[in-house]
Amino acid sequence: MKSYHADKDGFYGSFGGAFIPEMLYPNVAGLKSRYLEIIESPGFQKEFRNLLRHYVGRPTPLYYAGRLSEKYGCRIYLKREDLCHTGAHKVNNTIGQILLAQKLGKKRIIAETGAGQHGVATATVCALMGLPCIVYMGEVDIARQAPNVARMKLLGAEVRAALSGSRTLKDVTNEAIRDWINNPEDTHYIIGSVVGPHPYPDMVARFQSVISEEIQAQLRELEGRDAPDYVIACVGGGSNAAGAYYHYLDREEVGIIAVEAAGRGIHSGESAATSALGRTGIIHGSKTLLMQTDDGQITEPYSISAGLDYPGIGPMHAHLYTSGRGEFHSITDEEAMEAGRELAALEGIIPAIETSHAFAVLKNRPFRPEDILVFNLSGRGDKDLQTYIDFFDL
Amino acid sequence: MNRAKTKTVNRIGAALEKDGPLLSIYFTAGYPDLEDTLPVLRHLQASGVDMVEIGLPFSDPLADGPTIQQSSTAALKNGMHTALLFEQLKEVRQEIHLPLILMGYFNPVLQYGVEAFCQKCSEVGIDGLILPDLPLEIYQREYGIIMERYGLRMIFLITPQTSEQRIRKIDGASNAFIYMVSSASTTGAREGFGPEQQAYFERIASMNLNNPQIVGFGISNATTFRQATKHAKGAIIGSAFIKHLSEYGPRGIPAFVETIRS
Ligand SMILES: Cc1ncc(COP(=O)(O)O)c(C=O)c1O
Repeated sequence: MKSYHADKDGFYGSFGGAFIPEMLYPNVAGLKSRYLEIIESPGFQKEFRNLLRHYVGRPTPLYYAGRLSEKYGCRIYLKREDLCHTGAHKVNNTIGQILLAQKLGKKRIIAETGAGQHGVATATVCALMGLPCIVYMGEVDIARQAPNVARMKLLGAEVRAALSGSRTLKDVTNEAIRDWINNPEDTHYIIGSVVGPHPYPDMVARFQSVISEEIQAQLRELEGRDAPDYVIACVGGGSNAAGAYYHYLDREEVGIIAVEAAGRGIHSGESAATSALGRTGIIHGSKTLLMQTDDGQITEPYSISAGLDYPGIGPMHAHLYTSGRGEFHSITDEEAMEAGRELAALEGIIPAIETSHAFAVLKNRPFRPEDILVFNLSGRGDKDLQTYIDFFDL
Repeated sequence: MNRAKTKTVNRIGAALEKDGPLLSIYFTAGYPDLEDTLPVLRHLQASGVDMVEIGLPFSDPLADGPTIQQSSTAALKNGMHTALLFEQLKEVRQEIHLPLILMGYFNPVLQYGVEAFCQKCSEVGIDGLILPDLPLEIYQREYGIIMERYGLRMIFLITPQTSEQRIRKIDGASNAFIYMVSSASTTGAREGFGPEQQAYFERIASMNLNNPQIVGFGISNATTFRQATKHAKGAIIGSAFIKHLSEYGPRGIPAFVETIRS
C-alpha cells in the first residue's frame, strides 16, 4: 500500500533522510536506533499520556464552530490546541522529547526558537524535569518577542542570542546544531518542528499525532464517523499540520489542506511560501523543498508570523505537495490578519497569527454544505497581541 | 574492498607518499576579495604547502565556527558562486601543481547538478571532494559511481566519537585519506591539544588503517601542528589561516606557513 509516512531511513518519497556531518552521526544514529523502541514502550507511553492529560490539559476540545460554519456554509470543527498549556501544540512534542532525553541519559537540553513558542514549551518541560535549558534565538527576534524571552527566563532557561548569518530562525537552528556538535555526549537537541535529520521529522510527527488520534475519537462521538472531509492546518516547519494529518495520511478520502505564509505576496520577494517558491535541496540535514538561490544558497523568508518564517518545510509536507496528496495554499499577511479577526469576532477565539493563515482558506476555495472540516487551531493569539494592535490600529 | 591499491595514484596519492608531516591549508574561495582565489593558491604553492582545500562558501555552514562562517558570508557578499569558482579555476593547472580538494556543503553541489559538478571538477583539475553533510551511506548508494567516474577522491570525516566499526567502514570506502576531526567541535582555531585529544590521535594511529589520516579542526600554530602530526600523516589548517589572511592578505601567506613549519 502507498504510504505517506516515513520509511525506515526517514524518507517520505524522495524527501527526508539524514544529511548530517559525521560529527552528528553518533547522536543521530543513537536516536534513530532507539526512538521507536523507547516511544512505543508501555512505560514511556504511560508517562507521556499522563503528562499530556494532567499537565498539558489533553484531550483538547473539538469544538463545533457554529457561527463560522453558518457564514461559510459547511460544518467546521476547531481542534483547540490553543488550550494546551503554554498556548500551542508545541508542548506535545517537547513533553515527548524531554521524556526521551531522560531515557537516553541526557543531562542538558538545547532548542531553537523563532517567535519563542517552541522555546517556551522547551523551557517549560526543562523546568518540569529539572534539566538545564539553552534556547537559541535570533538577535532580532529577542527584541521583537520580549514577553516570550521573559517567560523563558522565568522558567529558568538561558536565552542565547545567535549572532551568525542573518540571525533568524534558520540561523538559530544552525547555532543549535553547532552546539550539539560541540556537546556530543550529554546534550539532547529538542527540535521544534517536523524538520531536521531523520529521525526528527518522524519522531516529532509521532508526538504530535495525538492531535489526530483525538480528532478521530471526538468526531466519532460528535458526527458518528471518525474522519472529516478535510483537515486543515498552517505549515511553518509543519508539526501541527503533521499531527493533525497523521492518522489520515493514508486515508485518501480525507482531504489534506496545508496553508503556507505568502507574506507580502508569493512573488513579492518577501514570502515564506516554500511549496510555491522552493526547490529540492538540503536544509538542516533534511532533503526537502526549500527557498534558495540558483546557486543553492538558502534565502531568507518573510512572514508577519514568526512561526511560519522558515525557508523549508518538513519532508512529509514536501512529499504531500509533490505527490498531490495535499492541497497547498499560500495566504498573505493581510488575508491572515483578517481571518484572525473574523475568528475572534465570530467565535470569541483569538488565534495565533500562524493559525490565522489556515482560516483564510475559507475565502480561497468553496466547500459543500455537507463537508466536515477540521481546522487545527494550533495556538492562541496572546503572544501576537502587539502585532494585532499595530496591524488594526486597535 | 581497498580501492586505494587498485586505483591509479592521483595528485593526492603522490602527496601522501612524501616523507615528513604534510601541511594542508583550507581557505574560502572569493575571500578576502572575490579575485583572491588564484593569488592565494599561488602564494600557498610558493610557500611549499603540500595540499589545499578550496572552500565553496555556503549560506548555512552548520559544521563551521565563527571564522569560517564569516569568511563564507563575506565571500558570498563578494559575489562568489559555484560557476564563478570553476571559471576562476579554469586554467589553474597551468601553474598550480598542488593537490586541490574542493570542500563545501552538499546543497550547492546538488543545485549545480552532481554529475555536472563532478565533470567540471575533473575538467579544471580538482583531485578530491570533502562534502561533510553528504553521509557515507548516501554517497555510496547514489553518488559514489559518479564521483569515481570523474576520478574524484571522496574524503570522509571521523571524530573522537566515531565508533571503531564505523571508522573501519569509512576506511574501506576511502581511497585517499581520512579527515580526522581533532575534537568534538565545529571548525575553529585552538591553542593546544589536551591529553584527551592526544589519546585519540594515538588510538586511531594504532588501528593501522589502510588510508593515512590527516587531522583537521583546531590546528592553529607550530605546536598544534606538531601534536597533530606526531601520529597522523598531516594536518589541515583552516580558521587560523583565514584569520591571518584577513589581517595580512595573500602576501602574508609565506610568513604564516613559515611559523607553522618552524
Ligand atoms: C501557534 C503556532 N502554530 C504554528 C506554528 C508553526 O510551526 P509548525 O508548522 O511546526 O506547526 C507555530 C510556530 O511557532 C506556532 O507557534
